[in-house]
Amino acid sequence: MNRDTRRTRVLLALLLLTSISLITIDYRGGENSPLDGVRSLAAAVFGPVEQVASAIASPVGDAVDKVAGLGSGTDEAARLDRENKSLRRDLRTSELARNRAAELDGLLRLAGAGRYKVVPAQVIAIGPAQTFSWTVTIDAGTRDGVRPDMTVVNGDGLVGRVKTAGPTTATVLLAVDPESSVGVRLEGSMEVGFTTGQGATSDSDLDLRLLDGQSSVARGDRLVSFGSQGDRPYVPGVPIGEVVSVRGTPGSQTRTARVRPYVDFTSLDLVGVVVEAPRTDPRDAVLPPRPTSTPQPTVTVTVTPPPSGG
Amino acid sequence: MPPGRVALAAGLVLVALAGQLTVLARLPLPGATPDLVLLVVVALALSHGPGFGLVTGFAAGLACDLVPPADHAVGRWAFVLTVAGYLAGLAQGETRRSAFVPLFVVAAAATTSVLLFAGLGALMNDTHITWRAVSEILPTAVLYDVALSAFVVPAVLRLADKVEPDPLARR
Repeated sequence: MNRDTRRTRVLLALLLLTSISLITIDYRGGENSPLDGVRSLAAAVFGPVEQVASAIASPVGDAVDKVAGLGSGTDEAARLDRENKSLRRDLRTSELARNRAAELDGLLRLAGAGRYKVVPAQVIAIGPAQTFSWTVTIDAGTRDGVRPDMTVVNGDGLVGRVKTAGPTTATVLLAVDPESSVGVRLEGSMEVGFTTGQGATSDSDLDLRLLDGQSSVARGDRLVSFGSQGDRPYVPGVPIGEVVSVRGTPGSQTRTARVRPYVDFTSLDLVGVVVEAPRTDPRDAVLPPRPTSTPQPTVTVTVTPPPSGG
Repeated sequence: MPPGRVALAAGLVLVALAGQLTVLARLPLPGATPDLVLLVVVALALSHGPGFGLVTGFAAGLACDLVPPADHAVGRWAFVLTVAGYLAGLAQGETRRSAFVPLFVVAAAATTSVLLFAGLGALMNDTHITWRAVSEILPTAVLYDVALSAFVVPAVLRLADKVEPDPLARR
């Protein structure tokens, strides 16, 4: 096995062929691929591993990058240093707990405003960027009532939808993924359209395409989800984001715009899976109240040059 | 294949995979995620040669394809890491020559893996594969992987030496 022999090359060809066959089978299978069984088995087995790894990793990773770099000198200094480290760790743990509490508050506010029944969950694993897709694993699964095609939210707005669900974990396809297509409605109107992810790592803005070429859309317009048929995969009324720029002129074939999502997809932590949709469309009730802008008097200062000479 | 070597490889790949998904992917780095699994495969291939490299790559790739939150056709990472493991294994004897050899191998492996994965996706009309996405991922992937390999590759090589101390058994 040590050198590049004929046997090695045969093995290489064999394994590459196996990979290609797997890809073909899985790709052709589409939504009900014969490999889904293996996939859910892997989720059932590795999901708990991710839960444990994430539980170990989050405080440790935090502690490592914050405490790294502290020097040590004499015994006394070392003792103080240790004490310092442990105090800092305690402080950070309570900070972490405070952050969690704030996130949970936000989630509860959103769920209450929209009358969504949510199951809270923690993001435990994130798909590497080099797979080019935007997916995360959460620590709630079919045992918690999570099923595929359920809406996932957090305190700020729409996160995505459940793609697959294992017994204790589920995979969520984020709204920034190019495969995600979310039906949206402009606040206060019946203008509808779709947002899709751009698939770029550098900015997480969404592309908005409005169905009516005549629609008037402007910078600052806010979007909520329109709601899918049967509330799967998206329940109505979830805040999506704000229009930051508009392309195309009114009257052209399509009207497109860029939307800045409310959710920060780079730092997802606590999310909620909507396990029961509201009986009636909450319309725009979930959007936070618009900040009322009080007119500010503009002070103009005119500088007159001092009289020269004198 | 000696059982110690297989156990070490399996353990390292699992730890790397868990670390990559739960810790490294969370880091607020622009562009790619440091690919710890690729580094482990490359390091084991450098230590044990192309045959072991390609088998390890296939197994590690299959794990990457199946473990949540993976959402692409099963077999894509398996294909990519099989190739990476084989190619890295060809440089087996060269690691003693210069400390820069592993860095070059890692850079080449990172480039190959990003391009092959994207290429396989493009063949299947994967909407995720765009020039913009590839041009953002590729340079950062190479940069992060080379930087991380300075720590990971020597550590894995030392571990492999510890598991099989007799140099004649390996080289």
